[in-house]
Amino acid sequence: MAAVTYLEAIRQGIWEEMERDPTVFVLGEDVGRYGGAFKVTEGMIERFGEDRVVDTPISESAIVGAAIGAALMGMRPIAEMQFADFISCAFDQITNFAAKCRYRWNAGVPLVIRGPSGGGVHGGPYHSQNPEMYYVHTPGLKVVAPSTVYDAKGLIKAAIRDEDPVVYFEHKFLYRRLKETLPEGDWTVPIGKADVKRAGSDISVITYGAMVHLALEAAAALANEGIDLEVVDLRTLVPLDKERILDSVKKTSKAILLHEDVRTGGMAGELAALIVEEAFEYLDGPIMRITAPDTPVPYSPPLEEFFLPKTSDIIRVARRLAAY
Amino acid sequence: MTSSLLTKERLLGMYRKMLLCRMFEDRVNSLFLQGRMPGTIHQAQGQEASAVGVCEALSPGDMLTSTHRPHEHAVARGIPVKALMAELFAKSTGCCHGKGGSMHMGDAELGMLPAIAIVGGGIPLATGYALSFKYLKKPNIAACFFGDGAVNEGIFHETVNMAAIWDLPVVFICENNKYGASTPIDSVMKVKTVSARASAYGIPGRTIDGNDVVSVYEAVSEAGERARSGQGPALLELETYRFAGHSRSDPGHYRSKQEVAEWKTKDPISRFETRYLAEGFLTREIIDRCRASVEQELNDAVEFAESSPSPLPEECLADVYAE
Repeated sequence: MAAVTYLEAIRQGIWEEMERDPTVFVLGEDVGRYGGAFKVTEGMIERFGEDRVVDTPISESAIVGAAIGAALMGMRPIAEMQFADFISCAFDQITNFAAKCRYRWNAGVPLVIRGPSGGGVHGGPYHSQNPEMYYVHTPGLKVVAPSTVYDAKGLIKAAIRDEDPVVYFEHKFLYRRLKETLPEGDWTVPIGKADVKRAGSDISVITYGAMVHLALEAAAALANEGIDLEVVDLRTLVPLDKERILDSVKKTSKAILLHEDVRTGGMAGELAALIVEEAFEYLDGPIMRITAPDTPVPYSPPLEEFFLPKTSDIIRVARRLAAY
Repeated sequence: MTSSLLTKERLLGMYRKMLLCRMFEDRVNSLFLQGRMPGTIHQAQGQEASAVGVCEALSPGDMLTSTHRPHEHAVARGIPVKALMAELFAKSTGCCHGKGGSMHMGDAELGMLPAIAIVGGGIPLATGYALSFKYLKKPNIAACFFGDGAVNEGIFHETVNMAAIWDLPVVFICENNKYGASTPIDSVMKVKTVSARASAYGIPGRTIDGNDVVSVYEAVSEAGERARSGQGPALLELETYRFAGHSRSDPGHYRSKQEVAEWKTKDPISRFETRYLAEGFLTREIIDRCRASVEQELNDAVEFAESSPSPLPEECLADVYAE
């Protein structure tokens, strides 16, 4: 098997699920004949036809709303947001309807909403955002953010099979920068399970998405100094794998919470509260957050570089924390 | 108006349903004022011809969506009034197990999604059903109720366009009761009719006397048959009027007494009675019998609701996710 990219892994996952289950279909802007703005759905219209690879108007709210109706009818739609930034146009449909049908009358909405998120490609304020926390905050939704080729494929397949609405954030910086050889056969990555990407004994770095790779770089650099980082990749933000997070912190007694999203109201604050409530007596130092600042994502390379968390930030904070 | 499509039995059935809608609303109003149910209510007295005329034109497998003013839609669609009353009483036997309330009337198993109180929110869901009906080659249609206020929501534009370009089997039904809460529709819409907007999407649009149950039934039947045969959606505007305020807390002072009085002369139920008493097949005796049986049905529903258990507090945590 040849190595595939993160993007190709998502495409493979969707493709395999469409082969397996005729109720799975894709809809979104330019997903059909054009193959998607990033080519995630390339070739699908030729294989599965226009009924299952549906080019839509630029109408995010109607795309998601129609997908919800179809899901209630027993279909398994995958709605693409061309950029995750555009998901705000569909906010009402996602948070008021997709998220609440089960609670209102126990109706499942097996829907996947996926879109490319994240910065590092100089996309500017409307093509670089990490909007996950709006959906993390909404009960009834599941939220996943894979960091590796393997997880990207396994999680998209699991998301499609899930009985609840799943918002799937794929990091566009990783699309073609990662390559991996994947196992053959039909496998998924379970939603709700974090993954220790590097075991370590001194400090837990708890993170997700593209930041996992920075944490791994920092861990490699710090190994020479005798600081042993454990890198915990959440993979799923809702439902949160509390057990895996707390196990790691109880082992290392120190935690760095890292994400590319902005600081206030970010995942790190939620994780910090969890750790303090449930593992306070294990802590040997302050919980440290490394996040983007509370600003929009700027375009100019020096500005965006300033905005994004860096490996050097992790190294600096880890050294400080190691001294406790 | 013509009634050529309808047998007398069918017309009488529609009449009883209109009575059930009206008397359900009146009963709910009285119970609410007695403090016997929590929350608020949006009532639809005066709009019975719209609710019943539309639902009468739907088949069992069709799907209906509704709005923040859904009581009469649900009654007309045939959702048991016990389940509706129990939901208003916030009981676990309600159609949403007490988690929804007044603005969540419906039962998807019986062809009506529990109503959606975000203005315009049901429009894309109905369209999603229509998309599935087409893909699954089912002979069904979706119909969605929305008010005149909803046509200025972006989702109306997005969805009607989408349904139009894909020729989806959906009928868009605007109940134009002239006001969005306190705001007159003619102050927030430049064109004279909602149906005029249909031409912007390349679909048929019609304005109908929404207080004449037969006209409504015939218009929805026609649009429904067109949709079922693959010719795509239509936009129907039903002109009607709510006798009550927007919600319980609204006395409706933004409407003149004269205007309300004029619309009361077009009350869909008295119009029906006047016409068919004159034609001879409706009699005072039938009317009295209908009223008595509706009264009994409502008594039973109230008794059922009041004697039903409240949800257990811990049920707050249930049904957020599948497992």
